[in-house]
Amino acid sequence: MEALEQIKARLGAALPLTKLDILPNECPAGERSLLVEPGRAFDVAKFLRDDALLKLDYCSNVTGVDWPEAKIKTKVKKKVVVEGVEKEVEETIETLRSGHLEVVYHLYSMELKHGPVVLRMRTENRADKTHLPSLTPVWRGAEFQEREIFDLYGVVFDGHPDLRRILMWDEFVGHPMRRDYIAPDDFEYEPTPHDEVLVEAKKHYPVEVKAEVKPEVKA
Amino acid sequence: MIDEGLKSELQKQGVYVTSLQELYNWGRANSVWPLTFGLACCAIEMMAASMSRFDLARFGAEVFRPSPRQADLMIVAGTVTKKMAPLVVRIYNQMPEPKYVIAMGSCAISGGPFKQGYNVLKGIDRYLPVDVAIPGCPPRPEALIHAIMTLQEKIRNQKLTGPDRPRHLNAEIEGEYPVPGYGEHDLEPPKNPEVWQPPAIKR
Repeated sequence: MEALEQIKARLGAALPLTKLDILPNECPAGERSLLVEPGRAFDVAKFLRDDALLKLDYCSNVTGVDWPEAKIKTKVKKKVVVEGVEKEVEETIETLRSGHLEVVYHLYSMELKHGPVVLRMRTENRADKTHLPSLTPVWRGAEFQEREIFDLYGVVFDGHPDLRRILMWDEFVGHPMRRDYIAPDDFEYEPTPHDEVLVEAKKHYPVEVKAEVKPEVKA
Repeated sequence: MIDEGLKSELQKQGVYVTSLQELYNWGRANSVWPLTFGLACCAIEMMAASMSRFDLARFGAEVFRPSPRQADLMIVAGTVTKKMAPLVVRIYNQMPEPKYVIAMGSCAISGGPFKQGYNVLKGIDRYLPVDVAIPGCPPRPEALIHAIMTLQEKIRNQKLTGPDRPRHLNAEIEGEYPVPGYGEHDLEPPKNPEVWQPPAIKR
């Protein structure tokens, strides 16, 4: 399969004025992905499916990612002249990342036996502008997975043929896979609580629960 | 009541003496018809238990019925999600008396590994009277067979008369249990206090 840069270049030629970005990936697999602007995502998806060299006819997986608002600290080395002597000083820069929801499509080609190409779309924010175009008309297999993302993350897919909750019941309020979802407080006594359960247990049974007893290490 | 020693002595001579209660319970205990009803991976073990290798038929419980109206026993085999719980209770209500419940596996008895989750019921005993609970994740078919034998023991020892007679012989006790509704975050009510109360913690 051709490189992601090449796909991006051909996409740019076929669909001019389309914003495309290649997102790096720092994990060992290094699987980079293509970030598409939501307005043109449908055309991009059609191109990827129908292009003779790609023929990405199989959408194996659709996932949601929740990115809440966060302060990101990055360390930058700067050269500063102090009393005539040049010194290298480390500086931390805080940048505010605005919250958004992300949808990830993993695309393969059954016919040409290659893949995956990872396609990403982002919403504007996490509150009211959570609309993205549905790619179900392009890959029919995305239907239930997009419903799942709608259910658990709250991304509204425009153009989806049947957008309803799929895992939670219809009366359910909220999106449980979001980072800030607060589950109903129905903690129950556990004889051996640990980690997050220990925190909950301390709240509900303050006398009973003692801190975990760590086994003594013999020298 | 006939003396046990005399009864056994008579049996050796080929004379069988029994009571109506024993005969009635013997018949019922040896033809428990379970419901074909699986929720998760425990159901695979339930299938294995009914197949040739483990052969649940030896205990008179091989006739898995596809309709709750013909079943005596509900094996809650697997994780009961909050979305599924009202349907489980509804199916139980559709079963005719006498009916029994086996909670099979960690999930059905307590929520198991999903206990702290937002979407899984912390045990089917919140809504239904459980007769036998099998621990395990999933329990082996032998464990299910043991549970069936435990249930048979329970049926054999039921009294037909008196104040502690079983539910199906006591017209005052209702066999139907309220079906919980779907709430905004949890089931409503989250438990049936008539069936289940949180365990008292001794300090």
